[in-house]
Formats: sequence, structure tokens, C-alpha cells
Amino acid sequence: MTAYVSIEGVARRYGPTTIFQDVWFGIAQGEFVCLVGHSGCGKTTILNILAGLEAPDDGAVIVDGEAITGPSLDRAVVFQGHALMPWMTAAGNVAFAISCRHRDWSRAACDAAAREALKRVGLDHAADRKPAELSGGMKQRVGIARALAIHPKMLLMDEPFSALDALTRGALQDEVARLVAESEQTGFMITHDVDEAILLADRILLMSNGPEARIAEVVVNTLPKPRTRANLHHMPGYHALRDHILDFLIARSRAFKADAPPAGWSARSVPEVSPALSAPPLAAE
Amino acid sequence: MSASVSLWRSAGLSLLILALFLGAWEIAVMPKSGGGGPALDPEYAALLGQAAAQGGTTPMPGPSAIGVRLLELLADPFYVRGPNDQGIGVQIAYSLLRVGAGFGLAAIIAIPLGFVIGMSPLLNAALNPFIQVLRPVSPLAWMPLALYSIKDSAISGVFVIFICSIWPMLLNTAFGVATVRREWLNVARTLEAGRWRTAIRVILPAAAPTIVTGMRISIGIAWLVIVAAEMLVGGTGIGYWVWNQWNNLSIADIVIAILMIGLVGLALDRLLGLGARAVAWRE
Ligand SMILES: Nc1ncnc2c1ncn2[C@@H]1O[C@H](COP(=O)(O)OP(=O)(O)O)[C@@H](O)[C@H]1O
Ligand SMILES: [Mg+2]
Repeated sequence: MTAYVSIEGVARRYGPTTIFQDVWFGIAQGEFVCLVGHSGCGKTTILNILAGLEAPDDGAVIVDGEAITGPSLDRAVVFQGHALMPWMTAAGNVAFAISCRHRDWSRAACDAAAREALKRVGLDHAADRKPAELSGGMKQRVGIARALAIHPKMLLMDEPFSALDALTRGALQDEVARLVAESEQTGFMITHDVDEAILLADRILLMSNGPEARIAEVVVNTLPKPRTRANLHHMPGYHALRDHILDFLIARSRAFKADAPPAGWSARSVPEVSPALSAPPLAAE
Repeated sequence: MSASVSLWRSAGLSLLILALFLGAWEIAVMPKSGGGGPALDPEYAALLGQAAAQGGTTPMPGPSAIGVRLLELLADPFYVRGPNDQGIGVQIAYSLLRVGAGFGLAAIIAIPLGFVIGMSPLLNAALNPFIQVLRPVSPLAWMPLALYSIKDSAISGVFVIFICSIWPMLLNTAFGVATVRREWLNVARTLEAGRWRTAIRVILPAAAPTIVTGMRISIGIAWLVIVAAEMLVGGTGIGYWVWNQWNNLSIADIVIAILMIGLVGLALDRLLGLGARAVAWRE
């Protein structure tokens, strides 16, 4: 597999404490990867390094064969706290991003494209409202529209739905699944929500607990697409997949020790498992 | 406690307090030669001296006398009869001109400089000691130095306004710029917005409420200081006019000047308040 981005031996240290090190993984063109792990293991740091917002203490991020030196319009970020500018309207926020991508576009062209982008996330009616006049879910939609409007090669999302209520979160998950499938968007997302990861991800990276965290396992999601929250839990193999990830979060994430790793584990080629394939077939009716 | 009270009730109470105050004042300064009053103690009359002996006219005018004088002044506020006799409107205009010039100059320097200081932690740390030492200096302490080096009393007045209004604007701009939310800057960085676009589209609007607050503090201080500065340098302006009326012992004019200074100060503050409304944002 030729990766579009590859993370090679990345580390973050604060003084004597190593939050994580020797983190290697790649993301192929059109692939959607989720990173799952407990709070504080360094997920946000990895995303920021991938975005180019932070430099790693070791290692590098290679995009299209070259090490990145900073943020790029090719890697759009959906921030955890939406990060909309409160003095701009929803359309203004998106238009600002578009005007950064297309320096030669007129103000009117940027505004029209912004409204088009908001329409895709179902927010055309709220284009002229300020963020303070939007609900949490609507704000996050504007953040997603802003990221997608610049047609990035890769979409980076840091727990984009964690601050939302369950109903809004579900609706947005389906919507992002649809948007990602439509445009075959390459993506990387951090989440706490196992179902969210199964819904969106082609591969799920499981990170062990910090300090000294590593990518402990890679779970390949073999469930067929298109997936929606409505059909997900009826799919054969779903429960095996879900149980596998939960087991990791509950027990193996803590037990994993990089200096005494399980047999077959190495930092540069983390074992891949496909729990949904090896699952026993559903009992026939 | 501070639940909204109806405007009518609060305005009514304000008017009542004003009426009581003016009424008490009027009575307090009334001639003491009442018809039905008790006979004056001769010793008390002696203490009161000349004024009482002449029938009770005190030098302190009552509100009615001041009101009459106010109408007189406002009938022709902009007359100019030679350099030492100009209407109260002309004097206020001179003061406003000085404040405008000094404040405007300070804003032109303080806001860009504050921007640079706010963006650079190094420059912030390096300039901080100077700012901390200069900021608490009374602007009037600069006056002799200004008069000595500039050799022009009018420009010295503007300089004093400049020096007193620069600090709040400088500090507030630097603070506002330095504390712009990290995530907004990260948005700009991931969009490759560039320095200039980030400064104009992100940092400036984010810091604008703090900057305008600094401007509001500055203009308040400038208006306080201009009166004192004009008393010192003389010539023109509302401060000079107050001092001149004191030399003429025109107490009514001094009271009117106090009222005018208060009203103009309020108007200036409200003006900046409108500016603050225009740049305010809410999350
Ligand atoms: N300035 C710092 N000094 C020391 N430790 C830090 C600092 N900043 C972050 N950390 C630690 O780095 C770890 C990784 O943080 P983060 O990437 O935000 O984790 P996650 O997103 O997985 O919850 C956390 O355990 C946090 O305590
Ligand atoms: Mg995080």
C-alpha cells in the first residue's frame, strides 16, 4: 500500500516524560482512519503534528514523499471546539477559508461558494447568522463546511462531535459518513466513540495508555459500505468488531508495555487484525 | 438586586434628587434678612461680616442665578472679542481640538506598536520595564519638559494629552493581541492565511473590543488632564477659562464650566461606547 501520508517514528516528550514515541502509520489516498485511545495518551498531539501545527520531538510526517514543515491548505482541520470566528457570520467563516484557498477570487465568488458549502451540510438557512446564534451542532457543521469548502486532500478531525448531545451527534455522524463517501475524502479522526469509529473508519488505530504510549493494534474494518447508524448493528461481524475494540480500551490498552510488547508486535509494523471476518457466522433463524 | 427598574421610576427619582439638591442650595444661599425671622444676634452678624451687614448677599450664587448666567452664555457661545474674551463654546472647541490631536496621535502610534508588542513576546518583555515606569507618571510632570523642549504652549498641551493617552491604548492593544485565542490562530495557520491576512482578518477583530476599551480609558484620562494642562499653559481652552473666571471671582461661570466639562466628558465616553458596540462580538 502506498501511503498518501506516512507518520514515521514520531515522538512527543516533555522533559523526562515521554508521552509517546516510535509512532508509525500511514494513510492511503481515499482511506479514512480513526485513532482511538484513552484521554491523555497523546491523540490530539498526533493530530496537531499531522496538521503541521506542532513539530514532533522526533520523527517526521511525510506527505507526497516530502517531510512537512508546517500547516497546509491540503490538510484541513475540524477543531474540537469548532473554532469559528465569532465576529463573522457562518457564511463569513467559510468564505474566509475559501478566500485563503483562492486568493484571486472576488468577494462575491467566495461568498457564493461559502453558501454552496453550507448547503451541503444543510445550513443554507443559517448562513447569515453569527456563531453565537447557532446551536452546538450547527456550529460544528459550519466547522465541517469550512474544512470541506477548501477541498483539502485530507481532512483531520479531533473529536468533532464529543461536545454534542447524542441525537445531534448521531445525525452528524451519518452526514459525515455520507460526505466522506461521496467525495472519497481521505481522513483522519480522533474519537472516543467506538460506534463512530466503526461507522466511519476503514482502519482503526488503537493507542495504548500514556505515558510511553504506542499504536498497539490496527483494526481493519471489513464491514461493507455504505454504512449508516441504522444498518450498522445488523451487519454480521459488527459485534465482534465492537467487542474487540472495547476489550482493548478496557484491558489491553493499560496492559500494553512497549518494552515488553506482545509477540509479533513491532513499532514499524503494528499487527493488523480483522475481528469482523473471524467472527462466527450469525445464528441462522 | 440590580434587577431592571423601569426607566420612568429611575428618571423620576433622579429628577426628585436634583430638585431637592437645587432647592436646598437655593435656600442655603438666600439672603438672610427674612421679615418674620428671629432677631439677629449682633455677634453672629459681626461674624458674617460685610455681606450680612449689607443685606445678606453671599458671593455663592444660587441655581437660579447660575441658570440665568447659563442662558446668557449659551445665547452666544461662539463669540470672539479679542484673545482674552471668547465664548464658552469656542473654549470647549479649543480643548476638544487639543484632546483630539493628542489622542489621535497617540492612537496612531500606540495601536500599531501595541500590535507588534503583543505579537512578539521578546519585544513585550524588553519594553515592559519602560512602560511600567513611564505609565504611572502624572502627565503634568511632563509639562515643564515639554515647554522647555517644544517651546510652544499650545503644542505642549497636545503633547501632554498624547503622553497620557498613549499608555492605556498601548497596554490594551498589546494585551488584546497577545491573548487572541490560540485556536483562531491555528485556524489561520491551517488555512495558510499569511501574516498580513491573519493580522487584519483574525487578530484585529479578535482584539478590537480590548483595544476600544483602551481608547475609552484614554479619552477619559485625556479629558481630565486637558483642564489641568490648560490651567497651567493658559491662553485658550475650557481649563484656561475656568482659571480666568476664578481670577474674576465669577463663581457662576465656574459652576457652569464644571457642568460643561462633565457633559462633554460624558459625550466623549458615549462616542467610544458606540465604537465598542460596533466591534463587540459574543460567543
Ligand atoms: N506543556 C505540557 N507539559 C507536560 N505535559 C503536557 C503538556 N501539554 C500536554 N501534556 C501532556 O501530553 C499528553 C497528551 O495530550 P493530548 O495530545 O492532548 O492527549 P489526548 O488528546 O489523547 O487526550 C497529556 O497527558 C498531557 O498531560
Ligand atoms: Mg484530545
